[in-house]
Order: sequence, then C-alpha cells, then structure tokens
Amino acid sequence: MERIPILKLGRLLLVTIQVDMHDRLALALQDDLTERIVRDSARGVLIDISSLEIVDSFIGRVLGNIAAMSRVLDAETVVVGMQPAVAITLVELGLSLPGVRTALNVERGMHLLSRSLEADEIAGPDDAADQG
Amino acid sequence: MANGESVIAAVVAEHEQRLMEEWLREQLSATTLRRDLMGDAELRQQSADFLGRFREALQAGGAADANASAWADARAVLATVSRSRALKGFSPGETAMFVLSLKQPLFTLLRERGDDPERLVDEIWRASVILDRLALHTTELYQKSREDVIARQQQELLELSTPVVKVWEGVVAVPLIGTLDSARTQVVMENLLERIVQVGASVAIIDITGVPTVDTLVAQHLIKTVAAARLMGAECIISGIRPQIAQTIVHLGVVLENVTTKASLADAIALALKQTGFAITRAGAARG
Amino acid sequence: MQPTRDDSRPLRNEEDVVFSRQAVRSWAVELGFSLVDQTKIVTAASELARNTVVYGGGGTMHMQMLEDGPRRGLRLVFEDQGPGIPDIDQALRDGFTSGGGLGLGLGGARRLVNEFAIESQPGQGTRITVVKWK
Repeated sequence: MERIPILKLGRLLLVTIQVDMHDRLALALQDDLTERIVRDSARGVLIDISSLEIVDSFIGRVLGNIAAMSRVLDAETVVVGMQPAVAITLVELGLSLPGVRTALNVERGMHLLSRSLEADEIAGPDDAADQG
Repeated sequence: MANGESVIAAVVAEHEQRLMEEWLREQLSATTLRRDLMGDAELRQQSADFLGRFREALQAGGAADANASAWADARAVLATVSRSRALKGFSPGETAMFVLSLKQPLFTLLRERGDDPERLVDEIWRASVILDRLALHTTELYQKSREDVIARQQQELLELSTPVVKVWEGVVAVPLIGTLDSARTQVVMENLLERIVQVGASVAIIDITGVPTVDTLVAQHLIKTVAAARLMGAECIISGIRPQIAQTIVHLGVVLENVTTKASLADAIALALKQTGFAITRAGAARG
Repeated sequence: MQPTRDDSRPLRNEEDVVFSRQAVRSWAVELGFSLVDQTKIVTAASELARNTVVYGGGGTMHMQMLEDGPRRGLRLVFEDQGPGIPDIDQALRDGFTSGGGLGLGLGGARRLVNEFAIESQPGQGTRITVVKWK
C-alpha cells in the first residue's frame, strides 16, 4: 500500500493530501505522523487539504485524532486549504472538527505555527505550562 | 395500394427542390417574418436542414408518430431553430410558423397528384397531423429555451447584487441589501466563501444594515456560513444588526454563540483590522 | 417519475467505498449538480457506503438517474444483510462520536440530501434510500 509522503521543514512536518484516501491510508497517515513527530522532534504539523474534494466523518475523525495526538506530543497541528464546498458540507453534516486549528493556505498556516512556536520558545522551559 | 404515409414520403422526395422554394416563399411573404432578427441566408439554411431531415424521416417510415426515433434528426434541427429564435427574441408563434408554413406548399403538391378526393383528404390529414406535432414540439422547445435564459439571468442577478468587497489586506466584507430569502442567502454565502479563498482573507464582515427582517432560515444560513468560514480558517463578524432584528433573533430562539457581532460596519472594520494586525494612526501627528 | 439509467456496485471493503464515491461523483457531474451539491451527495454516499461495509458486513449500492418532468435527480440505495438497526430514531439523532449510540451519522447524511428513507429490522438487514434533486 502506498503511503502519503511527509516532508520535514525545520521543526515542521508538512503533509499534502492529494488522493481520494481509503480508510486504511488515512489511518496509516495518522500512524506515520505520530511516529515522525517523535522521531524528528517536530513541533508543528501542517496538513494541506486544498486538493481534497471530499472530507467525510472518517477523515474528519482522523484529522481530529492527528491534532489531539500531536498536542500530547507537544506539537501543534494546522489544517489548511479547506475548499468552500467541503466546509459547507461539513457544517451540514454537523462536524465541527474540535481541536483542529485551520488556516486558509500554507503561508498562513506556517505563520500561525511559527507564532505559537515562538511564543513557546519565549516562554522558556520552566514556563512550558503557559501556552501562547 | 400505397398508403397515405408513403405517398407523402414519395411526394416530398420527388419534389424536394420545388417544395423548398415554395416553402421559402411562404416564409418570406409571411407577416410573421422577422427580417430584423434573422437574415434570409440563415432562413434558407435552416429550411434546407429541416426539409432534408423531414424527407429522411418520412422515408424511414416513421410518419405516424412524431416522437418515434426516425424523427430524432428532424427534431434536433427544430431544437436548434427554436433555441436560436428564442435567443433572438422571436415570439413562440413566429417560431412555430417555421413548421406550419410548410403545410400550404405540401398540400398543393399532394393535390396535384390527382388522387381521388377520399385519398387526398386522407393524405392531407396525415400531413397536417405530422406538421402540427412538429410545430407543437417547436413551441415546447422554445418555452424551455426561454426558461433556461430566465434562470440564467436570475442567477447572474443574484450574484451581481451582493458583491463581496476587499476592505483591506486579508479582510473582506459583504453588505447584504434587501430582504433575504433562503436561495439568495445560500448563493451569497457560497460567493463569500469563494472570495475568502481568492483574497486570502482571514476576516469576513457580513453587514446586514440593509436587511429589514431576518427569519429563522436566514439566521441559520448566517450561522452556518460563520461556521464554514471558521472551518476554512477565517473569522466572521456580523455587523449592522438593527434593534428589531436583534429582537427577532432572540424571540426565534436562534443562538448566536461564538459569533462576533458589532453594531456598525465601522466598528466591524476597526475590529477586523486589529485582528489582522493593523493599526491606524492619524497622519501628521508628531512621531517622536 | 422514472429512472433513466441505473447501475449497481458492490460494497465489500474500503476500496469499494472509494469507488462508490467516484461513481456517484461522475453521475452527479453528468446531471449538472452544482459543486456544493456534488460534494454533499458524494459525502453522503461515502458515509452510507462505509456504514454498509463496516456495520452491515458488506452490501450493495444501487444508483439511479431520475427524471420527474423537467427536474433531474440521483437516487442511491444502500442495502445490506447485516444486523439491522435496533432503534432507528436514536440512530438518526446520534452524532458521530456519541458514546452510547452507533455513531452512524445518519442524521448528518440526511441533511445532505433531499429525500431520505430507511428500512431496517434487527436481524433483517438495512436498506437506506436517498435522493438528491438538481
């Protein structure tokens, strides 16, 4: 089974989802990301879904899981590029993707991540409890 | 004994050229001709196309039923004719005359065969039935084309009447004006979300100063739009809520939690700029 | 109202769920649905197809193009011989991540389509019919 490639960009992991994923592929991505966060000591994960034309409840759950798991591993996740039709459908479905931060595009997503990473660095190790 | 239908087929095939000329003459002398809308060359082309398909369909033996597959090509030509006339502004009657004016020349040819009166009546009747059905078909196609045009214009009106404007870097605003119905609100909201992507906006202001009343359905659409924008990574501010609308919203039990509201568009813009990291200072003030 | 074209697809595994999404998408495009409506019906199909595979133990999706006078639509029927749904009302009310419920998300899928019908008895399988009009 092919796997979705994960790119490393400094302390960030970048994922671009371009295929119509079947459930196993999505779960594999979930596993691969958590593993890479630990392996690469990543502090941020950026998931680009601008090519995803369908986000159903399963994918929504996977995105939510990725956000939650990364947070446990002290990394922030941002999902970017959700298409308007997808957003409208998710709202109708009743899925709000709690705990998932979103941004319009990769540029803004990186900006968002670097802001929260900076705040963390400024806080220093003793103040790790305070999140910016 | 040749039956009425194959007689018509034979007559049309044998005298196609003459039928064509006489039919054209009928059309060109008719009071329903619209030279202002269509040139003679085009008329000749349409007539030739139709007559050819008409003959073929008759020869294929499908005379009785204008809906039979033998008539598919003829109906296709009529579809093109109806659509083009509908777009050009012909009336439905003027469009139907295209087919109906073929009757007189065809009857003349049938009469000239010298068949006995009873046979002649039968042949003319059959010819009339076929042409009437085709003329009716033309009218139906015409209607459909007009409806398509109206639907498209309505859509365009819908989109033009509520433009989404870029207020500043990363901030868009859509001033809603007039009564909102469910369909219109949906279109506006879809446009807003598209524009948010195009402009790269992180804040969208929905101003309803110009909206006299809001019902539950519209309020729900607004809330869904705010939720969808948030999922995409943009925040919405709803501004210009009149006292009456505020009352309606409360009475209807609509819950606006997590939705930022501002009384005026000005306040909303100020907030949006602040949220996007801009500060406005007065020019010329002493800057140390 | 009459169907003008129909087709059936097996729903045995998650690859079939993906195929069913693609099939519904191509018919929706052919029918001229707006992008938002396409997304809604394909997403609904994805939810219902997955339920059929995961909860129903596998089944079939039937697709039909409909014509009702001037309007055209798409009807999808999801059928399985699985355990059935014991409390349909509850299933329609449940969200996706509710603890006690089945989490089938039927209520959500219902909001994405124009017509929604469900027949299900414990031990007798499930049959869900949805229609979306252009």
